[in-house]
Amino acid sequence: MASGSRMTVDGNEAAASVAYRASETIAIYPITPSSPMAEVCDEWASRKRTNLWNAIPEVAEMQSEAGAAGAVHGALQAGSMSTTFTASQGLLLMIPNMYKIAGELTPFVMHVAARTLASHALSIFGDHQDVMACRQTGFALLCANSVQEAHDMAAVAHAATLESRIPFLHFFDGFRTSHEVAKIESLSDDDLRALIAEAGVFAHRQRGLTPDKPVIRGTAQNPDVFFQAREACNPFYDACPDIVARAMDAFAARTGRRYGLFEYSGDPAADRVIVLMGSGAETVHETVDYMTARGEKVSVLKVRLYRPFARAAFLAALPKTVRSLAVLDRTKEPGAPGDPLYLDVTTAIAEAQAEGVLPFKTPPRIIPGRYGLSSKEFTPAMVKAVFDEIAKDKPKRHFTVGIIDDVTHLSIPWDPSFKTEADDVSASVFYGLGADGTVGANKNTIKIVGQETDLYAQGYFVYDSKKSGAITISHLRTSKKPIRSAYLVDRASFVACHQFEFIDKIDVLEHAAPGAAFLLNAPLPADQVWDHLPKEMQEQIIERKIRFFAIDAYDLAKRAGMGTRINTIMQTCFFAIAGVLPRDEAIGHIKKSIEKSYGKRGPEVVRRNWEVVDQALAHLHEIPVPGSVSASRLRPPLVSEKAPDFVQKVTAVILAGKGDLLPVSAFTVDGTWPVGTAKWEKRNIALEIPVWDSKICIQCNQCALVCPHAAIRAKVYDESSLSGAPSAFKTTPYKGNDHKGKHFTIQVAPEDCTGCNLCVNVCPAKDRTNPKHKAIDMHPQAPLRDAERVNYDFFLNIPEINRTEMTRFDHKSSQFLEPLFEYSGACAGCGETPYLKMLTQLFGDRLLMANATGCSSIYGGNLPTTPYTTNRDGRGPAWSNSLFEDNAEFGFGFRLALDAHVGASHGLVTALASQIGEGLVEALLTADQSNEGGIAAQRDRVAALRQKLSAINTPEARRLETLADYLVKKSVWLIGGDGWAYDIGYGGLDHVLANRRDVNILVMDTEVYSNTGGQQSKATPLGAAAKFAAAGKPVGKKDLGLLANMYGHVYVARIAFGAKMAQTAQAFLEAESYPGPSLIIAYSHCIAHGYDMANGAKQQKLAVDSGVWPLYRFDPRRALKGEPPLHLDYGPPKVKVEEYLRNESRFRMIERADPARYKAFLAESQAAAERRYAVYEQLAGIKVPMIQAKEAEGKDAQAKADVMET
Amino acid sequence: MDLSTTYLGMHLPHPLIAGAGPLGDELDTVRRLEDAGAAMLVLRSLYEEEITGEQMDTFLHVESYGESFAEASSFEPEPELALGPDEYLEHLRRVKHAVQIPIMASLNGVTLGGWLAYAKLLEQAGADGLELHVYHAASDITMSAAEVEQQFVEIVREVKRTVRIPIAVKLAPLQTAFAHFARQLDNAGADGLVLFTRFHRADIDVEELEIVRSLPLSDSSELPMRLRGAAIVSGRIKASIGITGGVHTGLDVIKATMAGAHGTQMVSALLRHGPDYLRAVRADIEAWMIEHDWGSLNEMRGNMSLGKIPDPAAYERANFRMALR
Repeated sequence: MASGSRMTVDGNEAAASVAYRASETIAIYPITPSSPMAEVCDEWASRKRTNLWNAIPEVAEMQSEAGAAGAVHGALQAGSMSTTFTASQGLLLMIPNMYKIAGELTPFVMHVAARTLASHALSIFGDHQDVMACRQTGFALLCANSVQEAHDMAAVAHAATLESRIPFLHFFDGFRTSHEVAKIESLSDDDLRALIAEAGVFAHRQRGLTPDKPVIRGTAQNPDVFFQAREACNPFYDACPDIVARAMDAFAARTGRRYGLFEYSGDPAADRVIVLMGSGAETVHETVDYMTARGEKVSVLKVRLYRPFARAAFLAALPKTVRSLAVLDRTKEPGAPGDPLYLDVTTAIAEAQAEGVLPFKTPPRIIPGRYGLSSKEFTPAMVKAVFDEIAKDKPKRHFTVGIIDDVTHLSIPWDPSFKTEADDVSASVFYGLGADGTVGANKNTIKIVGQETDLYAQGYFVYDSKKSGAITISHLRTSKKPIRSAYLVDRASFVACHQFEFIDKIDVLEHAAPGAAFLLNAPLPADQVWDHLPKEMQEQIIERKIRFFAIDAYDLAKRAGMGTRINTIMQTCFFAIAGVLPRDEAIGHIKKSIEKSYGKRGPEVVRRNWEVVDQALAHLHEIPVPGSVSASRLRPPLVSEKAPDFVQKVTAVILAGKGDLLPVSAFTVDGTWPVGTAKWEKRNIALEIPVWDSKICIQCNQCALVCPHAAIRAKVYDESSLSGAPSAFKTTPYKGNDHKGKHFTIQVAPEDCTGCNLCVNVCPAKDRTNPKHKAIDMHPQAPLRDAERVNYDFFLNIPEINRTEMTRFDHKSSQFLEPLFEYSGACAGCGETPYLKMLTQLFGDRLLMANATGCSSIYGGNLPTTPYTTNRDGRGPAWSNSLFEDNAEFGFGFRLALDAHVGASHGLVTALASQIGEGLVEALLTADQSNEGGIAAQRDRVAALRQKLSAINTPEARRLETLADYLVKKSVWLIGGDGWAYDIGYGGLDHVLANRRDVNILVMDTEVYSNTGGQQSKATPLGAAAKFAAAGKPVGKKDLGLLANMYGHVYVARIAFGAKMAQTAQAFLEAESYPGPSLIIAYSHCIAHGYDMANGAKQQKLAVDSGVWPLYRFDPRRALKGEPPLHLDYGPPKVKVEEYLRNESRFRMIERADPARYKAFLAESQAAAERRYAVYEQLAGIKVPMIQAKEAEGKDAQAKADVMET
Repeated sequence: MDLSTTYLGMHLPHPLIAGAGPLGDELDTVRRLEDAGAAMLVLRSLYEEEITGEQMDTFLHVESYGESFAEASSFEPEPELALGPDEYLEHLRRVKHAVQIPIMASLNGVTLGGWLAYAKLLEQAGADGLELHVYHAASDITMSAAEVEQQFVEIVREVKRTVRIPIAVKLAPLQTAFAHFARQLDNAGADGLVLFTRFHRADIDVEELEIVRSLPLSDSSELPMRLRGAAIVSGRIKASIGITGGVHTGLDVIKATMAGAHGTQMVSALLRHGPDYLRAVRADIEAWMIEHDWGSLNEMRGNMSLGKIPDPAAYERANFRMALR
């Protein structure tokens, strides 16, 4: 890399670029928002990019951040230059090793994209909570405030650590910096070599453990010496700040970019100063520039080296004139006398005062404030508010800024109209869908502007939390000067809305500046577009004199065979309208960027994109704006007026993108939220939805079973329920014997369907005279929406089937049970959610769910709306997410509590037997709750018990009232993905299996870390390309099921609903009924496998038919009957493994990159499939001693008793 | 005994060619074929439609998940190589490197641009010749035979302009005016015609109401149709004639040569019996020629062609002559 050359990258890549080159060993583990640093390092290593010493760093993914920290600790001890990347909970898991690494004075740099810690809720966004949790470890903490600084401070950290021997935690704000794309000056290899002293590397290597010169570290010390030995490191901490300052000086000499331990900017004689660190400091800097230009005596002090805290340098950096010092922390320490930076500043000033070395005439007032938790916006208006506040005689102490706190009234108000952006800044906002490629094109736009002009460019991207139909908002700025604005665009000269339906959902012109240009993708002839706008939008356009442009990009894309990919069309229009570059030049650059971005997908992809770019401008129209509003139509309300109060007052506000305006009082104090809110968010994201033909339908219910979003449902009901049915409502007599005489309907939820096609693909019922017509076909949604909405409402109000009248529970009949998991934000065609939906259908009204962090916790619990809901009795799954690594233990805790509650309630019932009545007591304590009838009967008994208790006036009766519901059987499920079960949570999962407690574990195995972007796990199969295994995973999948089988007492099943639905249902029922630990490993197709999810079920069948994915159930109860506990539900492989592999790009990628390697993988996978079947077949035939029926009964009882005891 | 032949302008020691199909997939098999004496090898076809289809499918299904979600901007590692002809080209290079015999690449295009671009790439990757696998589904009710033929003639003409290596045109057996079409291709510059493509069978599963596709191995019963085609054009066109489909024995090769073939491609027989079977076929040919006193294949080539047999109607009215009697 040439010195002084420019590159357009995000903060993660900026930091990783230095870290990679300065390291010999890198241990990684995915966590948002730091994963991209690990990903690029792995990618560079796989492409054989070398480090500063012309070697390719050894990159290893570990099973957790704790593992990564252990690995780097070892690598450091063995004398290598090592690094790692992490954030948030991952950083917490590294803390034990951080103490060790620091205690051993080990040169080391870790790079952290600082992120919120999970407390009342998880948040993937940025603040300093994680970093602040490490300030006691002995690491130096060095902060970068921007993308450029993430590059530069990485270099300073790698240089300073070698000389100081203090390990460095280099951090920058998660998302705001880690994911901001900006043009920066890059550091060449020679720059880095000049800064990172070879002598330091040698010295580090010399200290490395080697049997050629052995020493011992990690001793255990006693009270006599530990204390003194711990103090021995002090001189190194004392020396560290000067070393960092020297490294910064050397850096400045080499690059011209000057940094300090503390950097002051503003009026040299300022009386008001804000002290802070991170990206917010740049916003303060921008505001200070604006205010000082207007004569205000304000300034900012940016904290660069936070630990070791250099008091002298801090005091020296402040002007003697300072009167009020606002110390802003981007973290929260409830119960502390103040947040950490404030305490440090206070201590520094107090100590200096005590020592008489304070450089001020009068000690300044120190006013603490908190801002920006979880990437909360921090704008110049808020900075101004802080300066105004600290100018007051009695400023609010421990204030918050950026929120409205109407409970403890800590917040200070700000004036949103205050803006500081310079006139030469050109800002644009783009509203798009994830699937349409808007963000990708905007990243390319930034790169084009960055590389092809002298302008500075900045891009920041906001996503909603849905995995299907996700809305993206891109914020772009260009300027002749460096851009410090670390906040969203709020005054745009260009606004683009890439999806027409957004105009009814979002106020897309909210931030359009007067005279701005507005580009709308509208599926309409140009002369009709204006009349289709809602009234509010017409008003905005007229009032702000907005220039209005429209294009039917979907039509153009469709005709070019580009599906819904409209990004390059819209990008071309942007350049044409915004005029950043001459049109032809811009088109040339767009084409080049297309080739760069999509060249890897193939020349046809490039050709078609070029084709639409060439045609785009011919389809772009400027729409004449009339002088007055013609529309009478208002933007429709986001949620139905029938929605509950909370949904109206809170959820709807968040849905409208106005969640920032909700005050503290809108929220519960402990993170508790009502369930069943997804039903109020009608997303209408499907272009086509299924239409049912009752005449052809064979009533198999497969469509309902596979639906990932519970958006197509089956119901049987009495004819009488049809009274008042809408005219378009479809019904037909039910054909089965189990509900004779009833009626049957398959009904789509038109506004909740994602249009994934899974239902159509599994539908086995064809029209014999026209086989392309099936009982379920897809048809355009828009014309069907209104009628089907009415039908669906009617359908939902038809009484649910009486569970106690069900004569059988299987895959088909399960679909007559109400799903209590619906309309989640999971991907269209998700392979996980059908399992969860079935789980809630079978046991939802008595379900406790512990959900490991991952996809399922995001679509299961990410605001604004959540999918778990209740039945008409108000019962439904109680769901919670603790962490990623602890989910098995967390769920196990549920079981402990339930067992305690059951034990206590039994004791109380027995103690109160004489008052309750012996008959009821006997029935309550011996109830058979193995079926729905038994459970219903027990619920009735509990109701009777409550009646009795109301008349008993003793403390025991009151206590029993709080426990009575636990007399009804509950079902505990521990759910999560393979990253949890196979890797980070395996220790806990194994421990839970090693107990006899009655918990059920559902592993939705996508064979990668899906949520963080498809990194390999130990579940990734041999030969699959995944992130961190770009060349194909060289070892086979861990057989988690077989490991669990070996315990003997664990119920284990491997299932795949697409291959055998009956077995899936059977496994759920057996696992739940088994009075001990159960483990279900469920094949879950996933977008990370790289094919159209509409074929997910088909691919599952191929996985089973090829022997790649075995189906079996291992039921310890069978052993008691003298039968082999393992029962295979699949036969010998009947299709070649290749038929399965070739459909998925994760395998095809290897085939085309390295055919020989692919063939070797293929041969090994084929052999493994055959070997696996042979092994399982033998295990399934294992003879166990025959136990007489009576004896077996006794043993069964004993087993149950064992379970109760343990 | 002289078995030599000139096929597509290339002098070959004998006409036995390993035809397009799986035979060329493995380097080991390719080497064994050379050892067994194959005069030439044709690799399986590069299908433009398959390549562009897979590119677009992958683009639409993989890219559409990217840049959608805060926690992941993509869900797969960046591919090192594009889906496209690279795999095929790399394989062609490897095969060329592994053996000395001429290697023909086979190409099935969709667009004229595709035909030309891929033909050039195949030439650059070292192909000694190209087999243009022209195929038209004939399911478009608005398109005439003349239009279809014109398109193919145009493709041949343009490909000839684009590459220097010889090109053969592999035809489907169902042509409205086969002889005329063959002459047009000949005039357009085709160096050879290969008769005929074997189609996948599209059978009907009457229970599932689905189409079941298969391509079973051929046997000698498929040869006569090809003999007829060769006999009709033999001696009337400049282009070499290749026969593929139904060549299983030495006698089949003799027949093909008599019908006018310069090259005879074998696939099914070699898949069934292995590469060494070529030796047996060659030995059978030689034995038969000795027995019947033929000194070279050139002597017999085309002796049973339409122009040389006393009763051409035997070819022209093959199917209903018996009935007329």
